[in-house]
Order: sequence, then C-alpha cells, then structure tokens
Amino acid sequence: MIGTDLTVILPELVLALYAMAALLWGAFRGKDAEAPLLFWLTPLVMAGLGLWIALEPQATASAFHGGFVSDTFARFSKVVVLFSAAVVLLMSADYLKRNKLLQFEFPILIALSVTGMMMMISAGDLMSLYMGLELQSLALYVIAAFRRDSARSTEAGLKYFVLGALSSGILLYGASLIYGYAGTTSFAGILAAAKGEAHLSLGLLIGLVFMIVGMAFKVSSVPFHMWTPDVYEGSPTPVTAFFATAPKVAAMAMIARLLFDAFGTATGDWTQIIALLSFLSMVLGAFAGIGQKDIKRLMAYSSIGHMGYAFLGLTAGTAAGVQATLIYMVVYVTMNVGVFAFILNMERDGQPVTEISALNMYSEVEPLRAAALMVLMFSLAGVPPLVGFFAKLFVIQAALNAGWVWLSVAAMLASVVAAYYYLRIIYLMYFGEKQAPLDGSMPAIHWAALMVAAFFMLAGVVSMFGVDTWAGAAAASLLN
Amino acid sequence: MIGLEHYLIVAAFLFVIGIFGIFLNRKNVIVILMSIELMLLAVNINFVAFSSFLGDLAGQVFTLFILTVAAAEAAIGLAILVVFFRTRGTIAVDDANVMKG
Repeated sequence: MIGTDLTVILPELVLALYAMAALLWGAFRGKDAEAPLLFWLTPLVMAGLGLWIALEPQATASAFHGGFVSDTFARFSKVVVLFSAAVVLLMSADYLKRNKLLQFEFPILIALSVTGMMMMISAGDLMSLYMGLELQSLALYVIAAFRRDSARSTEAGLKYFVLGALSSGILLYGASLIYGYAGTTSFAGILAAAKGEAHLSLGLLIGLVFMIVGMAFKVSSVPFHMWTPDVYEGSPTPVTAFFATAPKVAAMAMIARLLFDAFGTATGDWTQIIALLSFLSMVLGAFAGIGQKDIKRLMAYSSIGHMGYAFLGLTAGTAAGVQATLIYMVVYVTMNVGVFAFILNMERDGQPVTEISALNMYSEVEPLRAAALMVLMFSLAGVPPLVGFFAKLFVIQAALNAGWVWLSVAAMLASVVAAYYYLRIIYLMYFGEKQAPLDGSMPAIHWAALMVAAFFMLAGVVSMFGVDTWAGAAAASLLN
Repeated sequence: MIGLEHYLIVAAFLFVIGIFGIFLNRKNVIVILMSIELMLLAVNINFVAFSSFLGDLAGQVFTLFILTVAAAEAAIGLAILVVFFRTRGTIAVDDANVMKG
C-alpha cells in the first residue's frame, strides 16, 4: 500500500530529497563556491522530472487515501511549472552573478517552492492543499527579500509576507468551515456532501468564498492584488520573473482543482464569484498599467490583467473552459519568460535599468532583440495573428458558449485598453527619441529564451505543438 | 451548556480581531505578526470544535499541521523583519513606503 503511494509521489519525493541534499551539501561546503554548480544542477533536475512526468504514460492514480491525485491535469500543470521554473532559474544565474547575489540558497529555495507547487496542483484534500501552498509561499517570501541589503527588496519581502500570511489565514478559515459543514477534508467527500442539492448549503458556500478569496490573493486577482506591483518592483528581477511564471500556473491549477474536484456539482454558485474576479482583474489590469513608468511594475499590472483572462475560462465551468485556461496559462508563461529574458538584460554602464523610457529607439541599438520584444508585446496585447490572440480567443469563446455575454464583451474592451501600454513600448523602441542607449550584452541562454518565446508566438499559429490536445485531455481528466 | 456555536463565535471574534489588527495597526510590524498568529489560532479553535462535534479526527490532525506551519511562518516573518530593520532602522508600518502601491 505505502509502496504504491510512494511511486505516485515519486517526482515530488525526488525533488524534495534533492533540495534537502543540496542544502546539506551547500551548508557543509560553506561559502558560495558551490553556487554555480547548483544553478546548473537544479534546473537540470527540474527539467528531467518534467520530461519524466510528460513521457510516462499513466492513468489517473491517487495516493494517501485520496490526499494526492496524479491525473493528466496534474501532470500537464506540473510539466509547465517545472519547465518554466527551470528556464527562469537558468536565466537568473547570470543576473545574480552580475549583482553579487550568487548564493547557493537561491536554487534550493526555488526547488522547495516548486515541490510545494507540485503538491498543491495534485492536492486531493484540504490538508495537502494547505501544506503544498505553504511550502510554496514560505519559500517565495524568502526569495522576495533575497537582496538583503536593499531597502526595496526587504520591503517587498515584508509586504509579500504580511499579505500572503493574511491570505493563508483567510483560506484556512474557509477550509475550517468547509470541514465543519461537509464533515470531511477530502475533495471527494466534499463533492459527495454537496451532491443532490441545487445550491450549496450556507456553511459550505461561506467556506468556499473564504477559500476563493485566499487563493485569489495568490494569483494576484483584483481586489486582492495590492501586493503585486510592489513585490514585482522591489524583488530582484530574476525573482520577479519567477513570480510571474510558475507560481501563477500552480495557483491557477489549484483553484481549478478545488472548484471542480470539490465543488463540481455547484458550478452555478461559484462561477459568479470567479466572473467578478475575472472582470475586475481585466479592467484594473488594463487601466492601472497605463501610467506606469517602471517596466517591472507594468508587468505586474499586465499579469493581473492576464489572470483575469485565465479566470474567464474557468467561469464557463466546462471542460472547454478549463482547456482554454490551461492553454492561456502556457501561452502567458511563454510570453513572460521571453519578456523577462529581455528585462533581465536591461543595463546601462553595468547598472540594471527598469524605466520604460530607457527603451527609446532601442531598435537602432539591437534590431533583432527589439523585433523579438515587439512580437512578444504584440502577443501580450492579443494582436492577431499571434498566439496571444488565439489564447484570448479560446477563453472568450468558452465564456460566450457558457452564456457570459457581458463578460466576454468586457474582456474584449479591456484588451483594447491594455493594448495601449504594450504598444507604447513598441512605439518607444521604434519611433521614440534618441538618448543614451542601453548597453547590456545578452548571454546565450537569455537570447535563446527570448528568441524561442518570440518564435513560438509566431509558429504557434500553425501548430501548438500538441499543447492544445494535451490541455484538452487534462481538462477532461479534471472534470471526471 | 457550551455548544458548538459558542466555540465558533469565539473563533470568529478572534479571527476578526486578527484581521483588524493587521489593517488598523499603524505602529509596528510585530503586532502584525501577532495578529497573523491570532488568525491561525482562531482557525485552530474552529477545527478542534468541529472535530470534536463531528467525532472525526481529521480536524485535529489538520490543527497540528497548522500549528507547525504557523511556527515556520513566524520564523520566516521575524527573519524578514530583521533584514527590513537592518536596511531601514525602523519597524513602523508607515515607514514601509519606498514603493507606493
């Protein structure tokens, strides 16, 4: 019995053991001489696990009395999380070295948080959901404050910690109410308790609202987004790049898991809440980004808006909607990896620069990089015929088919408004005023990430490389 | 006779005091850490009360997990507070304003 349980959680086990072994090794060897090796080894381990999970054909399996579920949905999300975390980690080594932050704790903390993300993606019980979420969050609080001597970074860490802990508390309060009114913490048990009635009982409903609030904090959805701009701006750029990618996918997967696995019979009750979160996120993400001068802050508002679109797929409450959300998350992560590969190398005289105005006439300095960034910005804005457009199209279609007409119209209008700040970057790069140019060189890994991301935005129109069919299978496995 | 609802009401009060402690307090960050602890303990009361009422052990197991995580969370919170104090020389909430949110 325990043997089969352990085989189901083997990938998580390997990553957790690796993180602990690396921590011991780093602590024994002392100094940060081992850091460069860990910066290579950790992404390698994560990418290896990602490949393993992707290639191993396996039916739905559950372990520890349903506390841990491994289905196609979990595998899909885990592969996205593992690969995006690996790429971001590979890219961060260079930036951290230039800014004298190359410490061996960084890859270990990322590995631990990824373990937590894999746990929460696979959670089949409120307890495993909470433990995974906290493992992820605690590691993230620390890396937000990673630049210990910077007022901004420590302030970002403090703000993230306080609001993150608050959201965990709210989520837990909801979990306690759900436990009390369903009589069990397992998702299957909650589903059985909620079955047979048109609407959830009041206790379950209040508990669900509390839990959604707690989780909306984690994906930085309006009105629980206040921490996002400050944390994105204050954290070291590789940390921001990480925040914008893997944790968002994991949290979105966790929300979908809870809503469909535990409350799948009551879609009518929670789709309204998700629709409101989606609407507010899209609108605020579009309008608040307009006045931003710092590109990391801009990316924060951009990610708030994008989370609104990802929620749009969930409001449909159907398999098509979940599929659209999953595709959206993959596209979003790819675009963000590319954009952050660019932002990581915005430098002038060896100093990192994050002002948007520094991009003035960048096309004359580095035409190829500017072109790649242009493609990514067009894709973020959702300009056809790039993949970003199709990702938006899928979620809007799913919402429309489920009868959310006003929300779909709002989504289209919000994307028009949001296009302003993406297009402004392109405008500055190609038609801006001449000024002291950025002179940061770009390491091969960053260059490759930027170009590959831009290439996918173009090539994905022809073929999504199987992502769409796999996302469909994942959505089908979640709804059963 | 003290029933389930009394426990739930006490827990709800403590939880709300915790939330208000975070938002109304302008003095220092340690009070925020205490408020977070208060929220988690309120949740624990909920879990134990439900667990005893339902005759189901899962709630008490959950409580032990929460206590453990709360300890880890407090440790990390204090560590972040220490580095914050080192760079700024203050732990007042109003001074956490380098970036305007």
